[in-house]
Amino acid sequence: MGLIRKIRGVGRVAEPAPEASVRPLPAAAGLGGSVQVRHVDAGSCNGCEIEIGQAFSPVYDVERHGVRLVASPRHADVLTVTGPVTVNMAGPLRKTYEAMPEPRLVVAVGDCARDCGMFADGYGVLGPVSDVVPVDVQVPGCPPEPAAIASALRGLTGR
Amino acid sequence: MTVGWIVAAAQVVLVAAVAPLLVGFTRAVRARLEGRAGGRIAQPWRDLRKQLRKEPLIPADAGVFFTAAPAVLMATSVLVVAAAPYLSTRGPLSGSVDLIVVVGLLLLGAVALALAGLDTGTAFGGMGASREVTIAALVEPTLLLSVFALSTRVGSTNLGAIVAAGTSNQAQVFTPASALAAAALAIATLAEAGRLPVDNPATHLELTMVHEAMVLEYSGRDLALVEWASAMRLTILLGLLANLFVPWGVSTSLYPGAVALAAGVFVAKLGVLSGLLAVGEVFAAKLRLFRVPELLAGSFVLGLLAVITSAVLA
Amino acid sequence: MNQTAAALSGAFALAGVGAVAGLLTPARWRSAAVGAATTGVGVTGAVAGIAAVSGTVWQVRLADLLPLAGVSLAVDALAGWFLLLVGGVATVVGVYTVGYAGRVGHGPSARGALALLPLFVAAMLLVPAAGSVSTFLLAWELMAVTSLLLVLAEHRHSPAVRTAGLWYAAMTQAGFVVVLLGLAWLAAAAGGESFAAIRAGTAELSPLVSSGVFLLCLAGFASKAGAVPLHPWLPRAHAEAPSHVSALMSAAMVKLGVYGIVRVAFDLLGGGPRWWWLLLGALGAVSALYGILQAAVATDLKRLLAFSTSENIGLILLGLAAAGLLAGTGQLAVAGVALAAALLHAANHAGFKTLLFCGAGSVLRATGTRDLDQLGGLSRRMPATTALVAVGALGAAALPPGNGFVSEWLLLQALLHQASAGGTVLTIAAPVAVAVVALTAGVGVATYVKALGTGFLARPRSTTAAAAVESPPTMLAGMGLAAAVCAGLAVVPAVAAPALGRIATSLRVESAPLQGSGVDLRLAGIASSISPLWIAVGVVGLTVGFAAVARAVGRARRRAAAWDCGDGPLTARMEYTATSFVEPLQRVFDNVLAPEQDVDVTHPAESAYLVRAVAYRRRLPDRVEARLYRPVITAADAVGRAARRLATGSVHRYLAYMLTALVAVLVAGVLR
Repeated sequence: MGLIRKIRGVGRVAEPAPEASVRPLPAAAGLGGSVQVRHVDAGSCNGCEIEIGQAFSPVYDVERHGVRLVASPRHADVLTVTGPVTVNMAGPLRKTYEAMPEPRLVVAVGDCARDCGMFADGYGVLGPVSDVVPVDVQVPGCPPEPAAIASALRGLTGR
Repeated sequence: MTVGWIVAAAQVVLVAAVAPLLVGFTRAVRARLEGRAGGRIAQPWRDLRKQLRKEPLIPADAGVFFTAAPAVLMATSVLVVAAAPYLSTRGPLSGSVDLIVVVGLLLLGAVALALAGLDTGTAFGGMGASREVTIAALVEPTLLLSVFALSTRVGSTNLGAIVAAGTSNQAQVFTPASALAAAALAIATLAEAGRLPVDNPATHLELTMVHEAMVLEYSGRDLALVEWASAMRLTILLGLLANLFVPWGVSTSLYPGAVALAAGVFVAKLGVLSGLLAVGEVFAAKLRLFRVPELLAGSFVLGLLAVITSAVLA
Repeated sequence: MNQTAAALSGAFALAGVGAVAGLLTPARWRSAAVGAATTGVGVTGAVAGIAAVSGTVWQVRLADLLPLAGVSLAVDALAGWFLLLVGGVATVVGVYTVGYAGRVGHGPSARGALALLPLFVAAMLLVPAAGSVSTFLLAWELMAVTSLLLVLAEHRHSPAVRTAGLWYAAMTQAGFVVVLLGLAWLAAAAGGESFAAIRAGTAELSPLVSSGVFLLCLAGFASKAGAVPLHPWLPRAHAEAPSHVSALMSAAMVKLGVYGIVRVAFDLLGGGPRWWWLLLGALGAVSALYGILQAAVATDLKRLLAFSTSENIGLILLGLAAAGLLAGTGQLAVAGVALAAALLHAANHAGFKTLLFCGAGSVLRATGTRDLDQLGGLSRRMPATTALVAVGALGAAALPPGNGFVSEWLLLQALLHQASAGGTVLTIAAPVAVAVVALTAGVGVATYVKALGTGFLARPRSTTAAAAVESPPTMLAGMGLAAAVCAGLAVVPAVAAPALGRIATSLRVESAPLQGSGVDLRLAGIASSISPLWIAVGVVGLTVGFAAVARAVGRARRRAAAWDCGDGPLTARMEYTATSFVEPLQRVFDNVLAPEQDVDVTHPAESAYLVRAVAYRRRLPDRVEARLYRPVITAADAVGRAARRLATGSVHRYLAYMLTALVAVLVAGVLR
């Protein structure tokens, strides 16, 4: 009973989706408004993970735009990668990319993923994500805001 | 005869079309209760359309058991839908496929997927297969006792006969025995369809998976077939639950008007049941795997009580 | 001399020829000669069976063949059904043996082992053909002795074979003694030893005699049939015998125990009180559940198949019990369906179990192991064998469109549709029996998914499994034949309807329990129907259709490394094995199975918090055997040891024993 009262009391948490100008990515046209995401943390400080978590949370709720997190790269169309790619994670990142069926897209989330950010020249850092797998979309920011991540993902679903 | 086949085909088309929407509706209801906006109801259709166009991968050591399983799963689902009395009790297959065969065909689909999980050679595939067949083995007594409770009053296990008897003699439907059997079958449905509290269809954690673990290796059109067939299995089970225990609206003839009405009523029943399912899932947590047998033992006792009640009251 | 007579005589003659050929032909041609002869025995036996179930009965008495009693044969429809069953199995096994025993110097290719094979088949044909108690007992003993020698064919190979032989010898002889007592009592009480005379005399039997005879015969026949708790010989003998012998024993010989029960309880005694059938049903239920649970947790492929034999015998006995019980309450139509279910299941089990044991033999021959934990990856190395075993597993798992499904469907129909007029006992027993059948079927599915999935799919888990090669064509041909029979029984079971009707009539149950119109399977007195043909066509057709459409519409498949979570590589050691596969099920049934497990964790010297190695051991002893048989064996051992004190080796002492005995006899004689 407590749960029912809570459901009624809280109501709808999701904020109205901004009427943001969604610029559909031509490469994602074949996906037809359905994007399943597999995430790889290639060496991030976890800041970007928290923001990605927020993007999938009730408040930003990217699921309404047709985005869903999945448990296996086989099921995924889009690989989100965060962090500078460390030496140890380069192999797993490449393997994850190869385990995905074509067509497949890569979203580099955060400044570290784009250009290694503050970790550039670190001893365990191999390089930015684009050195390991081809990147289709970049989301700048350290960390990027959930709205920016949501907007990048909406660019893939086209909605 | 031809009309009968058209109705059977209509059932297949209807269920195949509605099944992904049913999954979308369940997700939407859950999202609303959780304070989220949620995806659109047609989103599973978009997912399927996309998966059908994608490239299927096959693990290096897998063979024909892996590649054939999605087709087997789909075939068993379609056969069950064609034979079940969803729109009319006078379907052309109602004398060829009875309730026991339906149970067997659904099990065959699960077995095909379990063998596929083992065929991948991954630990998760084997784990999912092991769990799936364990649960399937324990659900079987409940399912057949429910069949017992339903069929003794009619003298036949043929689905059409059971539903037709329910529509013509409505006093038979609301008996204590039917209520017990419905409760037993509802629990069995949750286990068979891999819903909470037996299995969590939305989990991302491999160690808690049952059904999802078996299909981790599928992609592209294979994945599309598996997901479509899984959605159809949920629809099949909810539809059976609806029409066996609430048989009103099912056409006992093959007149187009009656069948069209039956289609409307059927979709409405599915909507109500899937809504209830979604609401229930908000309140339920997944059971530990080794607590599931206790739940199924409970459903077994309900089934046994249903059979004995119906014999005592008869 | 009619068709049945000619065919049966031919079978016995061919068996003699085969035995001689086994002894005389050179090693290179031996397996081919004996295999051909065994096939011949099988085919002629099956022809005799077909003739008999089609109504050509045959009776003969050869007074001069044996002193005192003579040999009396009487083949009716019931006997014909089992002749057909034995003959069919022997046909398949004959073809299979050519390749299986073809490797010279291999255990089963020895001269004696091959020469006995056709004799064993002939003995099995003689059992149902026997028309009198003495002939029946003779045939029964002949069958026991030949099978025992065949089980021991590889006795030099491992001590387990010798243990299995000992268990089998002890139990089969004990069973023989019990059957001998029962049938002798029956013959004495009924005033004649031919079956016809007994049938005529049973009306005047007192309930004490008929119940005594029933119990004695049930004990003997159930132990031959491998029903729990009289089963311990079965998993040993079936596992350790050469695989073609396992197939013959499991698919054919064990069924003759069922034949004995039907012949004595239904035919000779003409039915009995309710508690007979409840006892038989309880025996069946226990066998089915215990058998399938042990099969589910077995990691030895042949042990798994052996326990699954116990399970299927349990289902058959359950059907027989239902038939007896329902006939007793006057529900003849449903009783007929139950009887038909039991007999059809006997035939179906013969079909798929022959196939599966031959498949296990092929695996054993190719890899040298029966341990499912060590197998895997055979589907790519032995594709034909895998496909054939899959057909057998489909039947054994009782899934549509397999053949086991049809007979389980019949059994369920009979249990579901008994009228509530049957009384309280039936009201409670029927749902319990349905639940037993259902749980058995469910665990059976798990068992065969395990056997097929961990034994044949994914990657090999040992070097021997990795080096496996496909079996020779004769072995595949034998298995193909069995698979074809399975498919036939699965798709058009209605062909058996007239034969089952004739048997039911002769047992005074129902004239035509199955009313097949070729495609549909309809029942007498029950409104349910299925059409196995349409189900099979539907499943296969739709599967092929969906696969073809998906292939045509979608993109081509690409092979990729299995997803290893980014790390790797995945090795075969990470696969689920047979042990790990059933672990959840084993945990659920912990109280029944009582597994003995221990986990040893060894720590390095530096710290008790670190782990160097973990060893896990699991043993699943047969609990019935441990509780029921071990105490008896221990007691017998103790008595034997105590008796040894009597024999010290002193001649004087022995002379004293003899003198004492002589005096005792004389005193007894005088006093009398």
